[in-house]
Amino acid sequence: MAYVDDAEHEELHEPTSFYAKYVWSQDHKVIAIQYSLTAIAVGLVALVLSGMMRMQIGFPGSIDMDSTGYYQAMTMHGMIMVIYLLTALFLGGFGNYLIPLMVGARDMVFPFVNMLSYWFYLVSVLVLIASFFVPGGPTGAGWTLYPPQAITAGTPGSEWGIILMLVSLIIFIIAATMGGLNYVTTVLQARTHGMTMFRLPLTVWGIFVATILALLAFPALFVSGIMMLLDKTIGTSFFMPDMMQFGTQLDHTGGSPILFQHLFWFFGHPEVYIVALPAFGLVSDLISVHARRSIFGYRMMVWAIVAIGVLSFVVWAHHMYVSGMNPYFGFFFATTTLVIAVPTALKVYNWLLTLWRGNIHLTVPMLFSLAFIVTFLVGGLTGLFLGNVVVDIPLSDTYFVVAHFHMVMGVAPILVVFGAIYHWYPKITGRMLHDGIGKLHFWITFLGTYLIYFPMHYLGFLGMPRRYYAYEDYQFIPDSAQSLNAFITVVAIAVGVSQLLFLFNLIYSLFRGKPSGGNPWKANSLEWLTPDTPPKHGNWGESMPVVHRWAYDYGVPEAELDYVPQTTSGDEVPVHESDLDE
Amino acid sequence: MTFAVILVAIVILSVLFHFLSPWQATPLASNWGSIDTTITITLVITGIFFVAIVIFMAYCVYKYQVDPDRRSEYKPENKKLEWWLIGITTVAICGLLAPGLIVYNDFVHVPSNAVEFEAVGEQWRWSYRLPGTDEKFGRSSVSRMDEINTFGLDPDDAAGQDDILVAGNQMHLLVNQPTKVLLRSKDVLHDFYVPQFRAKMDLIPGQITYFWFTPTVPGTFEILCAEYCGIGHYNMRGQIVVDKASDYQQWLSEQITFAEVLTGGTVEGLVEQGQLLASSRGCLACHSIDGGPSLGPGWLDLFGSQESLIDGSEVFVDADYLIESIVDPAAKIVAGYPPVMVAYQFSNEQLDSLVAYIESLSTESSGSPTKPAVEE
Repeated sequence: MAYVDDAEHEELHEPTSFYAKYVWSQDHKVIAIQYSLTAIAVGLVALVLSGMMRMQIGFPGSIDMDSTGYYQAMTMHGMIMVIYLLTALFLGGFGNYLIPLMVGARDMVFPFVNMLSYWFYLVSVLVLIASFFVPGGPTGAGWTLYPPQAITAGTPGSEWGIILMLVSLIIFIIAATMGGLNYVTTVLQARTHGMTMFRLPLTVWGIFVATILALLAFPALFVSGIMMLLDKTIGTSFFMPDMMQFGTQLDHTGGSPILFQHLFWFFGHPEVYIVALPAFGLVSDLISVHARRSIFGYRMMVWAIVAIGVLSFVVWAHHMYVSGMNPYFGFFFATTTLVIAVPTALKVYNWLLTLWRGNIHLTVPMLFSLAFIVTFLVGGLTGLFLGNVVVDIPLSDTYFVVAHFHMVMGVAPILVVFGAIYHWYPKITGRMLHDGIGKLHFWITFLGTYLIYFPMHYLGFLGMPRRYYAYEDYQFIPDSAQSLNAFITVVAIAVGVSQLLFLFNLIYSLFRGKPSGGNPWKANSLEWLTPDTPPKHGNWGESMPVVHRWAYDYGVPEAELDYVPQTTSGDEVPVHESDLDE
Repeated sequence: MTFAVILVAIVILSVLFHFLSPWQATPLASNWGSIDTTITITLVITGIFFVAIVIFMAYCVYKYQVDPDRRSEYKPENKKLEWWLIGITTVAICGLLAPGLIVYNDFVHVPSNAVEFEAVGEQWRWSYRLPGTDEKFGRSSVSRMDEINTFGLDPDDAAGQDDILVAGNQMHLLVNQPTKVLLRSKDVLHDFYVPQFRAKMDLIPGQITYFWFTPTVPGTFEILCAEYCGIGHYNMRGQIVVDKASDYQQWLSEQITFAEVLTGGTVEGLVEQGQLLASSRGCLACHSIDGGPSLGPGWLDLFGSQESLIDGSEVFVDADYLIESIVDPAAKIVAGYPPVMVAYQFSNEQLDSLVAYIESLSTESSGSPTKPAVEE
């Protein structure tokens, strides 16, 4: 623990000027807020785009949007939500804020690289947004960017939009790599006295493993992005076969479109867990704190995160069951995909068993956590349809898929994001978010998203294909499907607008919120034990915290209170960890 | 309490919705009833887990709601319980996977008595090929494709001479005949999807993919593209007509072979040349000729009519306007249609033939010397 000893003796170099403090900041807490605000801002763009799409689907022709605009909105919505909102928010936002505080470090180990990570991220967002203003507009290739259509005429934005998209992704990956190296190194090297790996809160475990996945998976997207950029700009044929488009032979030969799909999903499936694992970690901590009960089966939870992380690299081709790859691959990938359901199911059980015989406070963070379990359960179970190769064949490329992935990696992680913001906002600002507005926001969001996506599965059973601008004159689709789509649109618009409640709450509570004190939830983990709230530069003041126990000592029989902070020594309250080893 | 009640309500309403929903799978029209069975098995097993888990959660929220006088139990682990839960989950997973893989094994093994046909996709339409009497497809490649040889067959390959080429969007199949579909794309990814047949597969330019099914119900079924392929994706329609034996033979006898296409190679007459061009260069993918909906303005009765442009002005459709719209599509955009057409390059003769063809589709122009040329 050489790092901790140094951290106690070295001077802090606290910045003094406004710019050094809030703009070119190297403080992980400021960088976290920069990341989060940028992600939320760009996420709002994606939210508006989805509203426009829903208007066209629910009420065709009601807004002035042709198929070009529809496909551009679809593509940008998907890419922004997955990469620029969720990935950036979980790793750059929560990872940055919580890792140093939870492991007991003064900051990330490479603060300057950490700052660069944010600025690269911001540039990638600006390049992405710039594509709305280039000739031909942003790319409409679908967020999967499958060639050949992504870079040929017939797809919107195939002149400039796709180039900006690829450049933006490449910059984003550089940003994510700089951030990721920081998170991993900080977790491994900068833990404080007594903070063993098996005393880390599950939040840190989730973000830690997700970051390792990101470092291993993003390179696949990086190289495929560069290869496609070369295909587009200088006419190479990595992904471009001989083709005849609109009666004209193109100058490409011998490339393989399906190679791109393999590379994309070798990144793309771990990407699902890059979003999901931090959500698993955060929600575990929320449930334990607000149920006042030790997380059930901590070590199994850790190993489940690790197992899911490892398995996530051998399931990618379940996105490609009907892609035309060798059909015998289906046996292997169906098996690995369904195996991953076992550790995932274990996590759900353990969350429930944490509630069982707990003392449940239905606070806003807890409400969002419970809603997450329901939503994630539905999304996980529908994943068993799509992962099982032969069941996937009729359902792939239908609205069943849209409903599934929105449940499992759209709504579920976002519910955790909300819960986590309601939970940690007091630490970040020193004030509580408004409870009444929070509950209203919760009910509209939870019930609304369920009403949107649960019935949508049935449009998939019916066979309605996804990525359709319009469904006119298809005989197999009954008129009632249009009514359901109109209903879904109305609910979706309501849920979308209701997010203004959340934004209002964020701003209102910053000035008018009830002062929270340092540990409003009576939680154990280190971030609640900082000498100042919000924590100052360097986090811990003079001396570093000393950890004596895990973060989940709630309801310990010998203790006076129902919680025992990690810094409480074994002399005051017995440490039970040795019991666990039996 | 409220929260627990709402959780129970979610379970009850979800299950009710499942049984009362009018949105269920389309009536099956192929041999893949076994796929439907695997869906049912999956619904039952996942449904049990869904109900059990949410109800248990509701119970916990109700039973263990906050009580300041009580403390939660301190029992961080129960290895035995965890291993039991892992065991039960594993059994359930096997219950899903085993039937799934057994059916999938059927899906990847094409029966030996299956007949083959080829579906060719391009933005945004379908065409089809049958192997002919020798039951062998001739070699094909993109580099051989031109206005006449739209399938890109090798004229020197004897196996290709008797291949039957179906240029329209409609294909006929024989009922109860196991059928292997070979899939080929000229340009980008597509996916051959007939909801009533359940099975689907992508088309990939540069390689040939396949799947098989047995159509079991006579009738007409829609082919949809299920893999995103650009702005016209939602409108890439085709039809499968499943015939009884006599109807199928009748239809088959009306189709032309590759050899016949080659000998009829140079087409006489401006209108016929235009028709061939419109078909081979993909114009008809976006411009309907029967008054049906399409991505671009339909050609039926277009010539000689007035079109409203997006700037509010009107234009009279004559040869000059048509030629301008082909070589510079952005110059005048007709209201109600997206500005998505790419500029095409044609020789002057080709442009004249296209205009003649479009003119021939107008009843208004019956006074003109060119007559409709759709007769066989």
